[in-house]
Amino acid sequence: MSRLSHLQALEAESIHIIREVASEFQRPVMLYSIGKDSSVMVRLAQKAFYPGPIPFPLLHVDTTYKFKEMIEFRDKFAAELGVKLIVHSNTSALEAGANPFRLGTERCCGLLKTQSLLDALRAGSYDAAFGGARRDEEKSRAKERIFSFRDSLGQWDPKNQRPELWNLFNGRVEPGESIRVFPLSNWTEMDVWQYIHVENIPIVPLYFAKDRQVLVRGNSLIMPEQDFVKPQLGDRLETVRCRMRSLGCSPCTGAIRSDADTLPKIIAELVAVRNSERENRVIDHDREGSMELKKREGYF
Amino acid sequence: MSAAFVEQPSQQSFDIEQFLAAEESKGLLRLTTAGSVDDGKSTLIGRLLHDAKGAYEDQLKSAIRGGEIDFSLLTDGLRAEREQGITIDVAYRYFATPKRKFILADTPGHEQYTRNMATGASTAELAIILLDAHRGLTTQSRRHAFIATLLGIPNFVIAVNKMDLAGYDQEVFNRIRAEFEPFLERIDTKNYYFLPLSALKGDNVVDRGSHMPWFEGPCLLEYLETVEPAASMIQAPFRMAVQRVVRPDQNFRGYAGLIGSGTIRPGDEVQALPSGRRSKVRRIVTFDGDLEMAHAPMSVTLTLADEIDISRGDMISSGTPPLSARIFDATMVWFDAHPLDPAHDYLVKHTSHTVPARVDGVRHLVNVATLETEPASSLAMNEIGVVRIATAKPLFFDPYRENRVTGSFILIDRKTNHTAGAGMILAEAEGSLEDAADRLVRLVRAAVPEGARLNLPADDAQAMEVVRRLLKGVLK
Repeated sequence: MSRLSHLQALEAESIHIIREVASEFQRPVMLYSIGKDSSVMVRLAQKAFYPGPIPFPLLHVDTTYKFKEMIEFRDKFAAELGVKLIVHSNTSALEAGANPFRLGTERCCGLLKTQSLLDALRAGSYDAAFGGARRDEEKSRAKERIFSFRDSLGQWDPKNQRPELWNLFNGRVEPGESIRVFPLSNWTEMDVWQYIHVENIPIVPLYFAKDRQVLVRGNSLIMPEQDFVKPQLGDRLETVRCRMRSLGCSPCTGAIRSDADTLPKIIAELVAVRNSERENRVIDHDREGSMELKKREGYF
Repeated sequence: MSAAFVEQPSQQSFDIEQFLAAEESKGLLRLTTAGSVDDGKSTLIGRLLHDAKGAYEDQLKSAIRGGEIDFSLLTDGLRAEREQGITIDVAYRYFATPKRKFILADTPGHEQYTRNMATGASTAELAIILLDAHRGLTTQSRRHAFIATLLGIPNFVIAVNKMDLAGYDQEVFNRIRAEFEPFLERIDTKNYYFLPLSALKGDNVVDRGSHMPWFEGPCLLEYLETVEPAASMIQAPFRMAVQRVVRPDQNFRGYAGLIGSGTIRPGDEVQALPSGRRSKVRRIVTFDGDLEMAHAPMSVTLTLADEIDISRGDMISSGTPPLSARIFDATMVWFDAHPLDPAHDYLVKHTSHTVPARVDGVRHLVNVATLETEPASSLAMNEIGVVRIATAKPLFFDPYRENRVTGSFILIDRKTNHTAGAGMILAEAEGSLEDAADRLVRLVRAAVPEGARLNLPADDAQAMEVVRRLLKGVLK
């Protein structure tokens, strides 16, 4: 008999969190972003209720600007799992022509992600929503609770959070209020990759290095999947061996130069890497504390 | 460069398979630290993160002020914190060395943040108490040590920081140790390690440095990598609170939960509470296949040999049974701006069980700085005291000092849904009339069949014989 390894301990903790939510809330839903963290979160949900099915639907907030490979993966993944998948988009904003180049990233995210998410949660009357965010990703996330209270407008108040001790979670809400739940709070990027490796969890092929056609713009490698992503002065269209370190919308998520085409190679790369994974995400850098501001307004 | 650095892969030396194998057996240590920017806490954490590669370069870049890394900017995450130069809330930090993974709960140290300190301490196995060598022992250090001990943290590092400002003087270090030790003994701190260091200069953090040859113990990171973690709860009596009944079809009925303490194997006899019914474990079911054995703190699903009625909030136990009471005494840390009010309606959340409760009086308040107890009728925000709790239904618990899982609870305000306080159960209330009555009622109900009347003979010996026979029926 021995103590659990760090991955076993994290897994047990996450399963406990997921079960608490399924038992204490009327209408939970799991936000599914198609990324590696979502893949891990869904696997943990499978484990939590085995041999029963996952007792809540998955919700994908689709900006319609995601990579094509992500959408293919999403539909196949949900079908194989036999889980209910809800896809929601802010159609009125899209019809009005919302995109990051016309509106700027801040307003575009506000409409297509935050607003769309809040609409979807309200439409489903969900009182709890799981998200795959981790505390090691960003400074304001490091301060967020595992059960994170949202008022009836979906807002986060970082200075007035419920104390959270032991593994006793307070999920009590009034009608209209909700809790965002982060079962992967204590996982690091390295833990997620190791778990995917050990558990053989399927992930979107964009995470693996391959020769891809990209726009080279300074240090950024952007895949021109959308019509409005056009070369600007100084941009070069090149074939580069690269991969995605984190997935988002194709116009705003850069690839990194890499030869890592297997999980062990990705992990080896991670050991060596000296930059955090969100660095290539344009939206975090809009201004100082931008993630905290987005989260206050209801973003995950 | 220290050996504690995560090794850089090079074409020749980095073997990923070997690395992954080593990673798989790596354990996890949860620790907490408290203090303000003045103590150099942020500098210390910043250095640990930086030197153990827990902070990445782009985060470092955004923390550069005047050409040097301001480590405190790495840890203060909220805008208000950066604007005001203070730490408001608990922040969780992650770093790893080739030997261990660490989760660090970084909490502010001022009195008004006692609640954050308690939050960070609740899951920790080690506390770093930071002292400023220049200023010496403060109320804040005593408060932090007391709270960490109260929350059951078994290991302490007393880090005497800013030794560079004290001329790396052994006398300064010894004086602080001599002053602090009696306090630690008095609060019954189990295992403590005094360490002189300079977070700013890096002495005794990741490397030993050359300024304090008079100190021979391990530096901070080495100590964190090798300290014996909390005594594991694997040997303790088995306790699992049922979170959920898993029932996908007629043929399967499993009880899902996180094992709070102890070890379980198929065939083991268990008792379900509150029903008291006994059965045997048939299977330990997981997604990865049935297990031959499971222990704390694993999340599993148990099936039993008998069909017994068990639902969420019930407890499955074996070995020495947990205590059972509706009225018990607990040490409480009060969180809410609205003070504890014996006339107010609360909920107790204990394991997976939530029940209506009220506070049946405050026995006393503890002055954290002096350890003196004072009479009180309420607890205000950030105060600590011993209270008597009465719940609508009995709880099944162990004293907190024996079991942090079954001995802890939170108090929720029914009007606001706030987490109003956190409690650590001391014991069932002695000689409580309610609990005696509660037990007697249950005993009589079990002994006397529904509708039957109990006629006790006037003669005591004969009455005892009647009761003896009835009890024999209950206890058979």
